[in-house]
Amino acid sequence: MSEKKLCIIATKGTLDWAYPPFILSSTAAALGYDVTIFFTFYGLQLLKKKLSLKVSPLGNPGMPMPMGMDKWFPVMGTAIPGMEAMMTVMMKNKMKSKGIASVEDLRDLCIEAEVRLIGCQMTIDLFDMGEGDFIDEIELGGAATYFEYAGASDINLYI
Amino acid sequence: MSDFDQELDARGLNCPLPILRAKKALNGMAAGEVLKIISTDPGSVKDFEAFASQTGNELLNSTEESGEFHFMMKKA
Repeated sequence: MSEKKLCIIATKGTLDWAYPPFILSSTAAALGYDVTIFFTFYGLQLLKKKLSLKVSPLGNPGMPMPMGMDKWFPVMGTAIPGMEAMMTVMMKNKMKSKGIASVEDLRDLCIEAEVRLIGCQMTIDLFDMGEGDFIDEIELGGAATYFEYAGASDINLYI
Repeated sequence: MSDFDQELDARGLNCPLPILRAKKALNGMAAGEVLKIISTDPGSVKDFEAFASQTGNELLNSTEESGEFHFMMKKA
């Protein structure tokens, strides 16, 4: 059985959207895939040494809210200061109670499984991010680097 | 003598942790040895079948006992 390859572009930097790239990558690695994730724009947040990912109900009508709040709460209410912090705490507690791994844990599992983590150099320059803010296990590269892996992959996902 | 060589308690863990823990346990085992996995995640039933068919490890048995799922996985 020759080794299959998976390549993912991770573009989002919220707590909820941190999960798909890390869940799929760690699982693919366990199935024997060679995995590369290319992090661009807000996806770079997922590579920070200290993760401070949040989830926001703002502009997300699909997000279930506790106590039926999504039914009677006005849309404007989701913009109230503190709402984001509150929803983030609630989401983390819910995940913990359901036995769902933390983003940090899943990322560590990916690193352990030698998933290739590539940070987009252009994004780092654009937002004046310091390379020291990121975990040591990343490589930096650009669009051509992405295609080096994407072109050889069996599965390519844009998340 | 038991019919497995190692046991993995994946109770309370959700996707994809049961699979990842099983993979890790299998890494430390010899070919032909059997890993018993206990899970409470209903999704793991399909997932362990898929894991077996893609990795070549053999799923000898998959049963449900009072809300818990038991798997016997033979390392390829």
